[in-house]
Order: sequence, then C-alpha cells, then structure tokens
Amino acid sequence: MQTLKIVVTGPFSSGKTELIQSVSEIDVVSTERKISQEAERIKQQTTVAMDFGRITIDDELILYLFGTPGQRRFDFMWEILSEGMLGFVVLVDSTRPETFREARRILDTFRSYSPVPYIVAANKQDLSDAWPPEDLRIVLHVEPGVKVVPCVATDRESVKEVLLELLYSILELVDEE
Amino acid sequence: MALKGRLEDFGITQLLNLINLARKTGTLYLEGAQKNSYLCFREGKLIYAALEGVEDSLPVILQRANVFTAEQVRMIQTNMAGRTDRDIAQVLITSGRLQQQVVVKSVRDAILDLVYQIFSWHEGQFRFEPSKLPVQGKITTSIALENVIMEGSRRVKEWERLQDELPDLDIPLKFAERPTTPLRDVNLSVEEWRVISFVNPSNTIRQIAQFNNMSELQIRKIVYSLLQAGLVEIIRPPRPTVAPASARQVPEGMPQPTAAQMQRPAVKRGIVQKLISRIREL
Ligand SMILES: Nc1nc2c(ncn2[C@@H]2O[C@H](COP(=O)(O)OP(=O)(O)OP(=O)(O)O)[C@@H](O)[C@H]2O)c(=O)[nH]1
Ligand SMILES: [Mg+2]
Repeated sequence: MQTLKIVVTGPFSSGKTELIQSVSEIDVVSTERKISQEAERIKQQTTVAMDFGRITIDDELILYLFGTPGQRRFDFMWEILSEGMLGFVVLVDSTRPETFREARRILDTFRSYSPVPYIVAANKQDLSDAWPPEDLRIVLHVEPGVKVVPCVATDRESVKEVLLELLYSILELVDEE
Repeated sequence: MALKGRLEDFGITQLLNLINLARKTGTLYLEGAQKNSYLCFREGKLIYAALEGVEDSLPVILQRANVFTAEQVRMIQTNMAGRTDRDIAQVLITSGRLQQQVVVKSVRDAILDLVYQIFSWHEGQFRFEPSKLPVQGKITTSIALENVIMEGSRRVKEWERLQDELPDLDIPLKFAERPTTPLRDVNLSVEEWRVISFVNPSNTIRQIAQFNNMSELQIRKIVYSLLQAGLVEIIRPPRPTVAPASARQVPEGMPQPTAAQMQRPAVKRGIVQKLISRIREL
C-alpha cells in the first residue's frame, strides 16, 4: 500500500477545510474549534491542528489531502505536514486583499520547506468581490510557469480542476518510465 | 469582478504596479481618511487624476503653473463659462495665446502633483472600475507608471521602513528591563506619553492605538521611536522549536528554486497518471 500526500495551505479562512471536504471520501477529520479571539471572529470555526481528507485511488494507492491550520500560532505544524508531499496548493481568499501579503509569506515558507510543484488557487470566485486570478498572479508575484487557477472550494468540480492542474504540473516534472 | 479593498492592506504602490503590469483601463476610486480621489488609466498609463478640494479646471491649473495671472483666469472663466477644458485649450491655442506644449506640461505636472499626495495615503478604501473613464471634456495625458511608482515609493520609504521594523501590531509591549535612560530623564511628546501610559503586557500595539485614537502610521512612528530609544520592548510570541528546513535546503542568501529548478517528485509517472484519472472520475 502506497500513500501519497498533497498539502493545502493558505491564510486564515481561505477555504482549506471546505476544499478538502468537497473531494474527500471521508468526512474531513478536522480539528475545528470555536474562535475565541475577537480579531479573528469572522467565522464560527477554525482549524487548530490540521484537516485530513482521503481519496482512495485503487487497492494499492491512497491520496491524502492535508490542510494546514490557518492561524499563525500553529505554524510549527507546517513543516511536519509538508514532509514528503507530492505538491501543494496555496489557497487564497480572492475577496480579502488584506490576506494577500500573508499568502505570499506562506507560499515562500512552503517553497523553502520543499521544492515540489505547487499552484495557487484563487478561491471564492463565486463572490462578486473576488479579484481575478490574473491579478492575483501579479500581486502575489507568482513566478512564471506556476499556475494560478480560479477556484470555488464549495464546488466539487472546481476543486477537482484545481487538483488536476497541480497533478499536471507534477506530471511535467516526472520522468518518462 | 471588482478590485476593491483597504489601502491598509493593499497600498497605492501595489495598486499602481498591478494596473501597470496588467495594462488596465479604468478608474481607481479612493476614499481616503480625509478626502476622496480618483485616478484614470488607459492601458496601464495614468491619464487623469482628481482630488477632492483641488480645483482641476484648466484655467486654474494654468494659473497654478504661473502661465496666467488670476486676472487672466477670471477673464477666461467669464468669457468661456460652461465650456470644457478641451474647448478652452483649443480656443486659447488657435488664438495664439497659449502654446500646446505649455498645456501638456501644466496638466501633466498637476496630475503628478495630485498622485504624489495620494501616495501618502495609508488608510482608506479603494475600488477599481474597469468600464469607467470620467474624463469627458478634460485634457488627458499619458504618464508611464514606472516613473510615478519610483518617485512615489521614494516618498513612502519611511512608511515601509516602519512596516518592516514593526510588521505586527497585534503584539504587546512591555517596559525595557534595563532601560539605558530612566523614563523620567527622557523628553517625551504628549503623544508618546499617551502611548507609554498604556504599555502593559495585556495591551497589544493595535489596542493602544485604538485607545488613543491613533492611525497605524502614528502608532508605528511612536512605538518605533520608543523601541529605538530602548524604553520599551516587544513581547515576542514563543518561536517554534523546529529549525526551518530552509536552512538545510537553501543556504541563506541563495535564490529560492524557480519553477524550472523544481525538484522532481519522488513518484512514478504511472502513479501520477492513476491519480489524474481517478480524480477526473470523482
Ligand atoms: N462563497 C464561498 N465561500 C467559501 C468558499 N470556500 C470557503 N468558503 C467559506 O469561507 C469560510 C472559511 O472556510 P474554511 O474552509 O473554514 O476556511 P479554512 O481555510 O479552513 O479556515 P481556517 O482553518 O480557519 O484557516 C467558510 O464560511 C466557508 O464556507 C467558496 O469557494 N465560496
Ligand atoms: Mg480550516
């Protein structure tokens, strides 16, 4: 049995739990807590350790999706989660420019952990305030060759597209057998 | 899709950079702490700017540029009431009273002057409307944003330095354990005293600003100078104990790997293809 891992990271409340939930065959094992700090009370729950979703590929192969906790005070978890990952998704809430700087910082941190392929997913594209992916590419200084794709984490088809785009990027780097 | 947000989070420099790189056409509306403004762009070039409280009719611009006297401006305004700036310019130029280059330069300088004022705005709302260009009858120009950004950033250097020195306002302050100078021997401004009086491990810098009704820029300046003077210290959150892997993989000062240099994932091609077909059929 081989297990593979993709990490979904991004700022607080960018939609990581939602994204994993949309494609996981198990209920996301997430460690949600009610939010206590006033400053962060823009939603009811937050992930405090990690999210954990699963997609069984076949008898020998399982893909795990790990979501990082959004709040900075849990970032000691990041490196542990990134160990051995196939690639990662940086999920950004496209409607909240106040989180873009943080998104860039997270992107840099993960890249420094492991130089595996990654993509940026511009989430919440169903909302009218969403910044378009092309603009996010510019403001996040995403390097050429790395994809910035639109995403609606609540929509399974959209999430599939995000994962596929990441896998295509991975495929490009894998040798012919 | 609208681009909107707060200048606190996404500053003027970043906005102009985006407009420049994406070659956008449209109008950037700004609601600052004191005034409103709008800047118009065509294909990433600045063509017009207006700022609340700054009269932007052509005669007044020409007066500010010392091309006309107040008296002359009054005459023009009386004789050509209701005409657009374009009409006025055309009449003045064809009658030989004004050279076209003078109009172009004066308008350009006036627009740049406004934009540089706006660079100092660090608070407020912005919104970019791609379809709008409210410049009917106005004399527009075409200014490459690179230069504007360079000059503007030079002017906001101070703000950015403060931002770097003090990236996080959600941390508390405490009095320095061994201050180099006792507090009573230091000359503090009223503002600085007001901040000092709230220094306490249970108040974050942001809260202190709120108690005192201070803007981010104000509180940053004050806290920065108090830190520099060694009077207060930041209470840092505990650091993670794991050393960052970056130290192992990318030696300090070395460029980060680019997409082209990305490591080949330790996985077989067939496996990635299996993942792809499985996810496709989900
Ligand atoms: N409209 C819309 N809402 C979304 C989308 N994705 C997530 N949300 C909402 O955004 C909020 C945050 O989503 P979460 O999945 O909890 O975000 P998270 O990244 O796991 O947050 P933390 O674990 O706290 O960092 C929730 O209210 C979601 O329902 C989306 O694509 N569109
Ligand atoms: Mg979560």
